[in-house]
Amino acid sequence: MTDSNPRRKRGITENDWAGLKRFTPARIALGRAGISLPTRAHLEFQLCHAQARDAVHIPLNRDALTTELNDLGLTVIPLHSRAPDRPTYLQRPDLGRRLDADAGARLKRLASEGAAADVALVLADGLSSTAVQHHAAAMLARIVDALRADGLSLSPVCLVEQGRVAVGDEIGELLGARMLVLLVGERPGLSAPDSLGIYYTWNPRVGLTDAARNCISNIRPGGLSVDDATRRLAWLIRESRRLGCSGVALKDGSGEPDALDGHTNFLLE
Amino acid sequence: MNYQVDLAQRRYRFRDLRELMAKASPLRSGDCLAGIAATNATERVAAQYCLAEVPLRRFLEEPLIPYERDEVTRLILDSHDPAAFAPVADLSVGEFRDWLLSEQADTSVLTALAPGLTPEMVAAVSKLMRVQDLILVAGKCEVVTAFRSTIGRQGRMSTRLQPNHPTDDPAGVAASVLDGLLYGNGDAVIGINPATDNYHAVTRLMRMLDDVIRRYDIPTQSCVLTHVTTHLEAINRGEPVDLVFQSIAGTEAANASFGVSLSLLDEAHQAALALGRGTVGQNVMYFETGQGSALSADAHHGVDQQTCEARAYAVARRFDPLLVNTVVGFIGPEYLYDGKQIIRAGLEDHFCGKLLGVPMGCDICYTNHAEADQDDMDVLLTLLGAAGLNFIMGIPGADDIMLNYQTTSFHDAWYLRQVLGKRPAPEFEAWLERMGITDAGGRLKTGAGLPNAFAHIARHL
Repeated sequence: MTDSNPRRKRGITENDWAGLKRFTPARIALGRAGISLPTRAHLEFQLCHAQARDAVHIPLNRDALTTELNDLGLTVIPLHSRAPDRPTYLQRPDLGRRLDADAGARLKRLASEGAAADVALVLADGLSSTAVQHHAAAMLARIVDALRADGLSLSPVCLVEQGRVAVGDEIGELLGARMLVLLVGERPGLSAPDSLGIYYTWNPRVGLTDAARNCISNIRPGGLSVDDATRRLAWLIRESRRLGCSGVALKDGSGEPDALDGHTNFLLE
Repeated sequence: MNYQVDLAQRRYRFRDLRELMAKASPLRSGDCLAGIAATNATERVAAQYCLAEVPLRRFLEEPLIPYERDEVTRLILDSHDPAAFAPVADLSVGEFRDWLLSEQADTSVLTALAPGLTPEMVAAVSKLMRVQDLILVAGKCEVVTAFRSTIGRQGRMSTRLQPNHPTDDPAGVAASVLDGLLYGNGDAVIGINPATDNYHAVTRLMRMLDDVIRRYDIPTQSCVLTHVTTHLEAINRGEPVDLVFQSIAGTEAANASFGVSLSLLDEAHQAALALGRGTVGQNVMYFETGQGSALSADAHHGVDQQTCEARAYAVARRFDPLLVNTVVGFIGPEYLYDGKQIIRAGLEDHFCGKLLGVPMGCDICYTNHAEADQDDMDVLLTLLGAAGLNFIMGIPGADDIMLNYQTTSFHDAWYLRQVLGKRPAPEFEAWLERMGITDAGGRLKTGAGLPNAFAHIARHL
């Protein structure tokens, strides 16, 4: 242990393994003041928390996202959950899991107009509208290509404001779809305020639990890539159709993701 | 039995024990969401008066969830030990509180009592307790477990090193593992939440953590927090599994929503025991719980969330776990609205678990959509330290970059060690000194410069 660092005089012991930060966005090598967090690291944390707190409350720009999806050739059906606003959404998860009366009626009309699609496509803002706003269109474009390549027919994109994961069950049931693919904004973290999740469900219907769903999480720059997420989803859907189920009974046995191939574990050298 | 009380010129009646328990619960958003909370503050206290008069025996006669409908109720009643219960068998809930606080309820008495208590009894008495009562009584309990390290002795406090990474990148995970070890964390377990349940990715992490533990001869255990069925598959295929993980809850239906049952957990427990990988003990299970999980799965049967949570400890107890972790602030504000509710819940969970003989730790945490911040976490950390909890989480800078929530940091563990004189597990404490991470007085030495065993990493810096 050397004592040559000038900042030690000011009470800070720095960690010289900060070079490892290139392997992870985790807050490693923060140094210490005594055994506590140095002032700079403390304030950086406080700022990130403040930003994440604010991110929870940013509303989705529905028109901009609709335009973007239309440009991809996708039809959008705007829907709303039974939670009228964000404060209600946060305290009443039951309301965020169900469609409001208007949305329900609209989907029933749609279902009566033609044959049911194989897959219901749903976008829900969840706890991060930022994730949906920034990443959903690109993700959805890849998913649509992959599912069509497998010969599946798709519903229009059901865009649900103040929606939770289980709202997709009701949509899938109303549309008579055999499968549900739902994209949702995951709750914002300090270092990842824009993470998207995909939930896949076989035979969606109201009242299902998480045990019936498969989740692909952390889709964002720096997290799981759109390519990896698409590949996993396509694999899950193929297996699901073969087995006739989803969730706990359907293990993700797709190949290892690309992102793992880059680095080796230096601790074992 | 008639549940009623006359207070303030009014008669308060409660339909049954289940309603009485819910109305007696200190305010929290989850019970409000379920529509079972007291309608006002006076009714809550009236329920507490009434609950104080209920004989402890009554909980054996009036199950809150029917015996025929729920295997957790069957487990609780079928495994109840009347001989262990005898010292408190004639007490009411209120008298039980006084007895627990008294000098006669010392560590050995409480240890012997545990098999005689049911979750409902300890949940009931906790509802009559203030924060200081929850701390004082839990502090008298000692639940010690072991695998490669010994966890839970008085004066000790361990940490789970939680090196999560958004893509499970091996170097990214390794960076957090190293940071944690150099900050003296990881004696409860090196336990990673995988970014996916993908079998190949999960087993790669199992092998990696096992390799690191063996390479540096660390007296700790590894765990990849994936579904119990994935553990079983990994065990069958010869992967290195130290601890089997599973999230559990307090009702059969909530467990079913997690895709588990008592028989499945039993199968996993037996499979892990058969591996015989522990050196100083054979506690091979790691469970996580949290208030609100049963309600979240619509599987609470009208029972308040704190009682449901205590019932999860009966499930845990059945399998002699190394670690039981209440992930108190993770579930969100619809169940625990703010710092005040999270703090109370964490202390209740720890108290109930310890009284039942369960090795309780706590993921002292919050999400960004809850009304809570680092100050709240410092309060709960300090109080749980005073209550003698077995372990906390340790993560770089309190920021979980994969699960997107804030839990306790490597630094936080040292704060508690310094303020309350806590020490790591004895085997790990010796390893830290041997590695040059701490000095002979147990103080953190690492700063600029890597200890010899890790010097080879310098070329990556």
